[in-house]
Order: sequence, then C-alpha cells, then structure tokens
Amino acid sequence: MLEWLRELGRSGIGFFEKLGRSSLFLLKTLAGLPGVILRPRLLIAQLLSVGVLSMPIIVVSGLFVGMVLALQGYNTLVDFGAEESLGVAVALSMVRELGPVVTGLLFAGRAGSALTAEIGLMKATEQLAGMEMMAVDPMHRVIAPRFLAGFISMPLLALMFSAVGIYGGHFVGVGLLGVDEGAYWAQMQAKVDLHGDVVNGIIKSIAFGWVATWIAVFEGYDTVPTSEGVSRATTRTVVYSAFAILALDFVLTALMFGD
Amino acid sequence: MQDTATSDTAHETLVKIRGLYFARGERVIFDGVDLDIPRGKVTAIMGPSGTGKTTLLRLIGGQLQPDAGSIEVDGEQVPELGRAALYRLRRRMGMLFQSGALLTDLPVFDNVAFPLREHTRLPESMIRDLVLMKLQAVGLRGARDLQPAELSGGMARRVALARAIALDPMMIMYDEPFTGQDPISMAALVQLIRLLNDTLGLTSIIVSHDVQETTAISDYIYVISQGKVVGQGTPEELGKTDSDWVRQFMQGLPDGPVPFHYPAPDYREDLLNA
Repeated sequence: MLEWLRELGRSGIGFFEKLGRSSLFLLKTLAGLPGVILRPRLLIAQLLSVGVLSMPIIVVSGLFVGMVLALQGYNTLVDFGAEESLGVAVALSMVRELGPVVTGLLFAGRAGSALTAEIGLMKATEQLAGMEMMAVDPMHRVIAPRFLAGFISMPLLALMFSAVGIYGGHFVGVGLLGVDEGAYWAQMQAKVDLHGDVVNGIIKSIAFGWVATWIAVFEGYDTVPTSEGVSRATTRTVVYSAFAILALDFVLTALMFGD
Repeated sequence: MQDTATSDTAHETLVKIRGLYFARGERVIFDGVDLDIPRGKVTAIMGPSGTGKTTLLRLIGGQLQPDAGSIEVDGEQVPELGRAALYRLRRRMGMLFQSGALLTDLPVFDNVAFPLREHTRLPESMIRDLVLMKLQAVGLRGARDLQPAELSGGMARRVALARAIALDPMMIMYDEPFTGQDPISMAALVQLIRLLNDTLGLTSIIVSHDVQETTAISDYIYVISQGKVVGQGTPEELGKTDSDWVRQFMQGLPDGPVPFHYPAPDYREDLLNA
C-alpha cells in the first residue's frame, strides 16, 4: 500500500516536472518564431512535409467518413421521413466534431509521429548537438519552423476534411440513396451557421493543431537519444496527442455548444 | 578566426582547465582535473571507455556546465559566458562528432555550406568556392552531390571535418575520430588531422582510446582515468613511463592495475559453496 502511494507520488511529480519542462520548451519555441518568419524557406519546407504530405490521408479519410455518415444518417432519418435533412446532419457532424477531431487524430498519427521520429533521430545522431557547436540554435533552426508549420497546417487540413466529407455524403445520399439534391444543399445552407458552427470548428482545429504539434516536437526534443528511446517517444506522441485532443474537445464543446 | 594571429603571440595556452569537478548524479566523472592545451599543437586526451572524454569536450564547448573549477578558452571563462558570447566563441571552435553529425536531409555540399550560410552573408558564388576548397582539402570535392546516407563512415567524418573548418576556426575538437575505421580511411584521417593542424594553424584536441594512431600524430598526451589525470607527456615520455597503469593502457595489456577479472568472491569458494 505504502509502496503504491510512493509510486503514485513519484509519477505525479514526474508528470508535473515534464509539464514544466515542456512549457519552458514551448516558450523557447515561441521565441524562435520571429526568426522563422524572416526565413520563409525553412517554413515552406516544413509546410510541405507536415501539411501537404498529410493531405492524401486526410482527403481519403474525409471522403469515407462523409460517406458512412450519409449511410447511417439516411437509415435513421428515413424512418421519420426526414431524409431531406441529411445534408444538415452530415455538415454539422463534420464541421463541429468529426472534422477537427478526426483530422487531429490522423494528424498526430501521420505528421506528429513523423516530427517526433525526425527530431529524435537528429538528437540520437548528434545533429542537434552538432548544430549547437556550430553556434546555430536548434530551437530556432529545427523546432520553431516545424511547430509553426503544424500550427498552420492543421486547421487547413480540418477544413479540407470537412469539405471532402460533405461531398462524400452528397455522393452517397444524393447519388446512391436518392435524396433530393436541392434539399441536401438548401437545408445545409439554412441551418449551418458560419459563426456558431464553422468558426467554432476552426477554433477547435487550431487548438488541436497547437497541442498535437507541441507534443510532437517536445517528445522528439526530449527523446532518450537511442533507437529505443526514439521509438518510445514516437508512441508517446500518438498516445498523448490522442488523449489531449479528445479531452480538449470535450472542454471546447462544453464551452461552445454547452448552453 | 579573425583574431588568431594577434592572440597567438599573447599567450601560448589556448585552453586552460583548472580544478575541474563534474558529476552526473552520484557518479563523479571529473575530480580535480588540470589541463593545458597549447596553441598550434595536437593534444590528445586518452583514457578507457567511459572516463568522460566526450564529456570533457562538451564542457570545453559550453554544452555542459562544470560543478566546480574553471575552463578558459582563448582567455574567456566558458561556464560564465552568456548565450550570445558563448555562440560567438563557438563560431571559432570546430567539433567533429563521433558519428559525423551530418544533417541527414542535406547533401554533402549543403552540409559544408551550412555554417557559412548561417553565419555569413557571403554571395552564393563565394560560398560555392569556399565549400569546394574545404572539400578539396579533405579529398571529397567529387562527392559534393552525394547524400549523407550514401557516404561510408570514413567519408562522413571527412565531410564533417570539412564542415568543421568551414568558418576557419582557431581550434578543432575530435571526438573518437578513429573508432570503427578501416585501415585506409584510418590512415587518411590520421594524416588529415596532422596536415590541417599544421597548414591552417589550428589547435587540435583529440579524444581517443586508439593508442597507436593517436600517439603517431600527437605532440602531447594526457591520460585520464577515474576522474583524474594519471599521466601526461609527449608520446616518447609516456612510452617510458614508470606508472604501471599508464603502461598497461599504452601497451594494451589485458591484465595489470586494471584487473582482467571483475571484482568477485574467491573462485574456489564460489564453486564449492554452491
């Protein structure tokens, strides 16, 4: 029992210590951002690998999620003769929830894990230490551009996910199940609110992008510099990001749509 | 780089370490180490694996802070330097890491150009000339378009060496430069270290446990063990040492003051009392 308490205390202290370290790390990263804006080439390279190369998985997933939503939604709505509302159902689920959340989870799996592995390997092969000895701060040269690229990419990817999903729903609902095309779009136009739904969804995706990228770059930088350490850090990135995104989603949803 | 000529005459010692104490947790790595690295010479720091030789280079480069003692490089107290001053000093230091530490996402040319592009505003044509000159010096001008993954271990170290001299530093620190090299690339590296030191007027610090190669090119050798300097002198002086420990290390004897057997209870008792 005592041993158990001691273990609990130790992991609690470990958690807060890590939180403190990662917060200091975040401050240093933010301090490096002005330098990134002055050297857009570094940012563009990262936007390509973090954002553009994540597009295929986002687009394909969005399409399938939209198609499944339409199938499921149609079966429920048709019992009440409300299948005209399919467009609203798909669009609201997409922009409010599934767009930001599923994109966040996919982003952590695709881009986050890659960031952690890349930075962790740079640490394990002494590239970060080598930069420091060449009087180049890796926080500015390596971490800051990657963080900013993740922060910019994530909301754009989430928007893309939602848009593709709505077309996926259209394909199944209108194309295969015979929902009226005019109703699909018109009801969506009438019921989806730009500020209340779309903007709130974007705010969510910005928050998820921030957290997922922060976790990814920190775990990479904080890696135990061995191959085992890198693989563990990569796993941690995906697990922690998933936790953080889902928990944050609850808090944000409660704040935005709670009343 | 700019003031080596003036400070060369100012004083002879480039790196001066006094009373260095450094511990990692419970483990004491350096316990009162005094070292002098003379300008223009090749100085070797030798010792068994795990004596913190690499740690010593990191302390000199200001990547680690000592727990006590002073580390002076070119008249500046490294542990007391602020970030900006430390980065200024590091531009005049080159370091060759054991793995080479080349940036894996850049080809050879861009790796060597990296410090020039980060620290100077030279036009691209001049950077190209400088990079080709540095690569020529290490014999790899023809390898400029290769990716780091395509290089052998010895070639990667030579590229890293070209990168380390890109900003014309006053000193270079070599971390185990001979480990894992085949005889040919080993010979190339040995020759390069000596040649670059003499032609570029560098000061070189080699950390190594490869006795033959290191003694062949060093002007002065420090032998470190268990946190202390246990022997020092020119290679000839160390060859005639009367310290049993240094003799065991320099001649690579399996048994001596460092026993072959890890401490264990009596063999006979251990077997009979099973």
